[in-house]
Amino acid sequence: MRRLDTSLAAANLVVMLAAIYAVFVYVPTDKFQGIVQRIFYFHVPLAIMTFVAFGTVAVASALFLWRGGRGWDRLAHSSAEVGMLFCTLVLITGPIWAKPIWGTWWTWDARLTTTLILWLIYAGYLMLRSISGPGDQGARYAAIVGVVGAIDIPIINRSVYWWRTIHPAVLITREGGSGLGDPRMRLTLEICFLAFLLLFVWLVRIRNQSVHLRDRLEDMRRQVLAH
Amino acid sequence: MLALLRKDLQVELRTKETLASLLLLGLLTLVVLSFAFDPTSELRAEAAPGALWVAVIFAGALGLNRSFLAEGENDCLQGLLLCPVDRGTIYLAKTAGNFVFMMIAQLVIVPIFIFFFNLPLSLGLGGVFLSLALGVLGFAAVGTLFAAISVRTRAREVMLPLLLLPLVVPIFIGGVTVTGRVLAGKPLADVAPWLNLMVGFDLIFLVVGWLVFEYAVEE
Repeated sequence: MRRLDTSLAAANLVVMLAAIYAVFVYVPTDKFQGIVQRIFYFHVPLAIMTFVAFGTVAVASALFLWRGGRGWDRLAHSSAEVGMLFCTLVLITGPIWAKPIWGTWWTWDARLTTTLILWLIYAGYLMLRSISGPGDQGARYAAIVGVVGAIDIPIINRSVYWWRTIHPAVLITREGGSGLGDPRMRLTLEICFLAFLLLFVWLVRIRNQSVHLRDRLEDMRRQVLAH
Repeated sequence: MLALLRKDLQVELRTKETLASLLLLGLLTLVVLSFAFDPTSELRAEAAPGALWVAVIFAGALGLNRSFLAEGENDCLQGLLLCPVDRGTIYLAKTAGNFVFMMIAQLVIVPIFIFFFNLPLSLGLGGVFLSLALGVLGFAAVGTLFAAISVRTRAREVMLPLLLLPLVVPIFIGGVTVTGRVLAGKPLADVAPWLNLMVGFDLIFLVVGWLVFEYAVEE
């Protein structure tokens, strides 16, 4: 276990450094958008990993309700925390890019709105977790919210999409226009994907272990108090 | 299920606590929102559907807490759970009760809304109530499930709106759009996709709640 974590961390460090090098030095600057386009290489992998994280929460929550087992609950908890971190970064990197390109920090575009609501759902989820504390009841409650939230996300996406197509949007198209014409751009994006995938797995594992330790501590304390 | 629903309705008729809080909260929201818009402005009519739905959603989010609060007193929930019925049935009865209370509150809030926002009486009230019924049903479906959860956490007053509001976004957008179109004199066929979406939302979350409620009340 220990050794796996160490090698994971080491691999992550190497790939992350490579990703930073690729983004800042290796990849050519986008012809139309200029230097700010480079944030895209962090923004998109982060966004994809956010979906992976919240997807993991949904699956682990459903399995926890169905099969039981603290392991699923811990996985859901740690994925939600890491997903929240990534989602926050997506919401920060997005506007930094949008201001010079769209001329505004924020527009109520379908994708932006869905991401924001995702953030709010999982903020509530984590809030519920911290309020109900450790224990089976809190875990079950969180799992219910995890499952219901995941089922709701496609419906939310649909509704905000219609909402925006009915109202005139400031700018509807995203990313599509410029594309990744240069093969170096694609390679950079792939390195960044790998970097954030490794970061995600590593962070979830670490969080998982610390939650596990906390649970064990809680169990021991209860045993001591019972005596 | 009908017996459980009757029990809730009877308790409500005796105390009128939930209804009173739903009504007053809805009314207050409408009044406060009226201050937000210039009374002489053209924008006022456009903002009207939004104001109505904010009133519905906020009053509902705060009011639904009550539906399990009363059960907490004297361990009533224990008694309910000991009933020889499926947990899902309890959920459906609770949801039906909340739906009925919220709709009764709407019967008062909508006329006041028309009054405050100075809307012509001839407008399609049927359409407004249809959208309200669909929205409130979905809202009650998710809200009842989450109320059962939040009532047993420490910060229950905060927890329910926090969990519920992001999840009912489709209901809110759909409701505002349908109400807006109906008030603008458009036929209901115009908003058919939205009505479908709301019906879909209602059905999905009634089924999910029915399946999952058991875990929310388990000790």
